Amino acid sequence: MSGGALSAEAAARGMPRASVGRLRSNADLIFAAIGLVALMIGVLTLTALIVDLAVRGLPRLDLQFLTSFPSRRPAQAGILSAWVGTALVMLVTAVVTIPLGIAAAIYLEEYAPKNRLTAVIEVNVSNLAGVPSIIYGLLALGLFVYLLGLGRSILTAGLTLALLVLPIIIVATREALRAVPPTVREAAYALGATRWRVIADHLLPYSSGGIATGVIIALSRAIGETAPLITIGALTFIAFLPAPPVRPEFPFVSFQWLFDPFTVLPIQMFNWVSRPGTDFLPNAAAAGLVLILMTIAMNLTAIYIRIRVRRKVKW
Amino acid sequence: MLEGIPARQRAKERAIEGLLFLAGVSSILVTTAIAAILIYESSAFFREVSVVEFLTDTMWTPLFAEPRYGILPLLAGTVLSASVGLLVAIPLGLTIAIYLSEFASERMRETVKPVLELLAGIPTVVFGYFALFLVTPLLQRTVLPDLPGFNVLSAGIVIGIMIVPYVSSLAEDAMRAVPMSLREGSFAMGANRVETALKVVVPAAFSGIAAACILAASRAVGETMVVAIAAGQQPNLTLDPTQPAATITAYIVQVSLGDLPHASIGYQSIFAAGLTLFVLTLLFNLAGHALRRRFREIYE
Repeated sequence: MSGGALSAEAAARGMPRASVGRLRSNADLIFAAIGLVALMIGVLTLTALIVDLAVRGLPRLDLQFLTSFPSRRPAQAGILSAWVGTALVMLVTAVVTIPLGIAAAIYLEEYAPKNRLTAVIEVNVSNLAGVPSIIYGLLALGLFVYLLGLGRSILTAGLTLALLVLPIIIVATREALRAVPPTVREAAYALGATRWRVIADHLLPYSSGGIATGVIIALSRAIGETAPLITIGALTFIAFLPAPPVRPEFPFVSFQWLFDPFTVLPIQMFNWVSRPGTDFLPNAAAAGLVLILMTIAMNLTAIYIRIRVRRKVKW
Repeated sequence: MLEGIPARQRAKERAIEGLLFLAGVSSILVTTAIAAILIYESSAFFREVSVVEFLTDTMWTPLFAEPRYGILPLLAGTVLSASVGLLVAIPLGLTIAIYLSEFASERMRETVKPVLELLAGIPTVVFGYFALFLVTPLLQRTVLPDLPGFNVLSAGIVIGIMIVPYVSSLAEDAMRAVPMSLREGSFAMGANRVETALKVVVPAAFSGIAAACILAASRAVGETMVVAIAAGQQPNLTLDPTQPAATITAYIVQVSLGDLPHASIGYQSIFAAGLTLFVLTLLFNLAGHALRRRFREIYE
């Protein structure tokens, strides 16, 4: 680490050059080394995890694995019902949580007056983000499964995860809206735009990158959630697919699948991990590999969008 | 803002504002619903079991022929696994935060932070696998040959690694919010970076750092899949992390996997356990956010 890099950093942070001390004492060098080691522990864990899943799971990960139902025989078991379930649950979650989260964020950022109610909502959103996911499972069990009678269905699961990731979308959207400078709003108002037109024509398009990042991160969190779905009684052994969404006769679409029992990838993996013995270990690792590659791909997309937005938009 | 606008358009604006308001209030409805369901289902439980028994009995065996309902063993398991997790996450996370905030170049920070975010984005069930099939065998082969296959230690260590990004990003935010002038003053007195970081920046950012630790503790307490998979599921009133033990969350998972009839006491017991967990994490979250707000008020 050179002094030049530090000055560049100082410039990037908007500090005067002279304000940054150099790494001149031994203590500084030692601490920098300790810091790097701490970082490496995190990075190495991630690497060890991926390598282990790949070594144990890759031989098992073939077309047959993706197109087979779970089975008592490890070599024939697959994740067909699991990934179909994951896709359908995610569809419900996305349809519910994206509009709701963005709308809530727009209200809080652009409309909410500075009063008690707003303050309560603010504290509430940050607390909701910290509620353990399994508590959402208990909410869903009491409310969706029994009180509303939606059963242990794809609909229940989708709604549960939608509530769970709602705070993530609200927080991300608010940050994206806040990043649009007030001059944009003022200019639009000066031209006679109503508040909604300012939001729809200016604020939302300009903050779409940040919102997309938040949405992807929220969905990647939802895809890996296991505990709340176990709580609502998602089955661990499902050897059939939900009803198809299209039918040959009128009205051609069907929503029966919303009420069908289901399993999802993380639950299938949990099922294989928690079996005694190691017969199903390759299956668990292969399912884990699919899961981890999906979440990493989603997170990388989010990071990519964020970097692009930051580079493109200079206010 | 609506004067001079045609009536139809004005009505549309009002309608939109109304809809957005409903979305904004929805988050309060979620919290209310959580509290209502937990209290409603637990109240049925507490008609059968006294609160005193719940809080003081040292056995938790709701599914046995002679059931006992003492939350202490589950609470001990929860506190134990969370403590091991924090013992890993706080030193690691704070070191990373200090390094990223006070030592690393902008380029380094930009490269490393996404990697840490990836670590935070990995599904917890995968971390459970990691604890059971990688960390436990590793510990058995190296330092603890007598370690049982299911134990709190591995689960706690993995929880710790899992919440490192959480500690480091919140603590780094707090340290970066400390005004440059404080650092300049320290450098001007001839202090080096370590001295400046530890004696000026960390104390100045203390409430923000404390908030990071408290919010991480709340995460650790609520973690479910890692302990359900790797820590064993029998309630065990112990403070020895090399033993298997059940946490509140693991108990809820265990009961949910079985097929308990609705409105049975076993079914209600998971809501009583959940209510305990909810109150615990709520206290942590409220304290953490209050500290964070106080910290922001000082410097912004």
